[in-house]
Amino acid sequence: MLAKRIIPCLDVHDGQVTRGVKFGRAEAGELRNVGDPVALALEYNRQGADEMVFYDITASAHERRTMVEVIEQVASQCFMPLTVGGGIRRVEDMHRMLRAGADKVSINSAALATPDLIRAGAERFGSQCIVVSIDARRVAPDRWEVFSHGGRKPTGLEAVAWARRAVDLGAGEIVLNSIDADGTKAGYDLEITRRVSEAVGVPVVASGGAGRLEHLADVLLTGKADAVLAASIFHFGEFTVADVKEFLAARGVPVRRLGTGSAGAT
Amino acid sequence: MIALIDYGAGNLRSVHKALLHVGASVRLAKEAAELRDAKAVVLPGVGAFDDCINALRRQELLAAVRDFIHGGAPFLGICVGYQALFEASDEFNSSSAGLGVFAGRVVRFSGVGGCKVPQIGWNEVSQTRPECPLFRGVPDGSHFYFVHSYYPRPADTSIIAGQTTYGETFASAVWRNNVFATQFHPEKSQEVGLRLLRNFVEFVSNRR
Repeated sequence: MLAKRIIPCLDVHDGQVTRGVKFGRAEAGELRNVGDPVALALEYNRQGADEMVFYDITASAHERRTMVEVIEQVASQCFMPLTVGGGIRRVEDMHRMLRAGADKVSINSAALATPDLIRAGAERFGSQCIVVSIDARRVAPDRWEVFSHGGRKPTGLEAVAWARRAVDLGAGEIVLNSIDADGTKAGYDLEITRRVSEAVGVPVVASGGAGRLEHLADVLLTGKADAVLAASIFHFGEFTVADVKEFLAARGVPVRRLGTGSAGAT
Repeated sequence: MIALIDYGAGNLRSVHKALLHVGASVRLAKEAAELRDAKAVVLPGVGAFDDCINALRRQELLAAVRDFIHGGAPFLGICVGYQALFEASDEFNSSSAGLGVFAGRVVRFSGVGGCKVPQIGWNEVSQTRPECPLFRGVPDGSHFYFVHSYYPRPADTSIIAGQTTYGETFASAVWRNNVFATQFHPEKSQEVGLRLLRNFVEFVSNRR
């Protein structure tokens, strides 16, 4: 059985992993420093993470060069799937990250500005390489709106419709990040995750809001996510990836556990 | 020396690094002449069947790889490099003929049981032929990393070495004589993947 994926997310700012609260802006100093990305990646690799995501959260030209070096170093030591996001605006940017050792690239604001970038990337590298990340905020009881530019700019687009369109254009995976839940540690937004997951035929990765282990189980079971992204719960040493998987397996979620030959689901 | 076929496949670097990591001596081969003195060939791949076959043909590697396999030397195909061993693919109404080393077609997941396509993630490989040299030291049912929408359906089921279920059950690894191939990505499958690659490298070097 296909295992649900547990994906530590590393926000990289100026060569260091940082963590914000509610889309904290790097330039406003609302970030906590967490550590060296390569060292953290190695640790999560050892713990049995199923994949890792690196977001370049400032993405100046200088930063992008730093990010390429980070990915090159991680890829030569961690033999696992790696996704890179942040500052990817052109097919050439995708190519640079894939060449550095990333398996997938994640695009967000650039896809909103130029939806054709999704198609161009999928045609060149295959849909499996192209992840579209969506930042959504609940604006009415029954409406989630897509925001761009790190959650700062409303787009007028409805989240489920945008997810469908992205998949039609060639996205092979959707990351759904709840702006309301991000950094709060109060749990994922189950409702919008489930709606998007049921609306598209590609895997959906839930992001934003993990605080307790139950939150991960909830979004995989009730939210119907195929994978979960989490940052704080791992970075601050509250839980290891193995802790998370042990908990999920006990709840009947199929997970991949190290040192066992079969699915963790009991 | 193992020749790693360089035709622009997306996972070339990952496969290269993983092979070096397990102690292989590797040459990136862009043309047929570079296969001549190789002890083994590895064909990587991610993406579309036609892109792979057409790139191999453009670089005059299609016939060279086929000749190499028919000569009896060890071969490992990964993902699209596995699919390429078959006769043809249903992908995008593909018109390209594959290597035809094995009889059968490459087909798309039906999405039965609500399974999303592509399959992305870690799935179990049950070893239908545990004596396959690639599986030495790899626990039966280990999870490997998959990213694909298509898979080959071998006409000769006796070549199947491992099976995986994603809605439908398919051949995730095949083996006949010195030809090995996997639908999953050993280069992205952490310890078990590296073990499988090390097994291949050792199989090659033990062949005097």
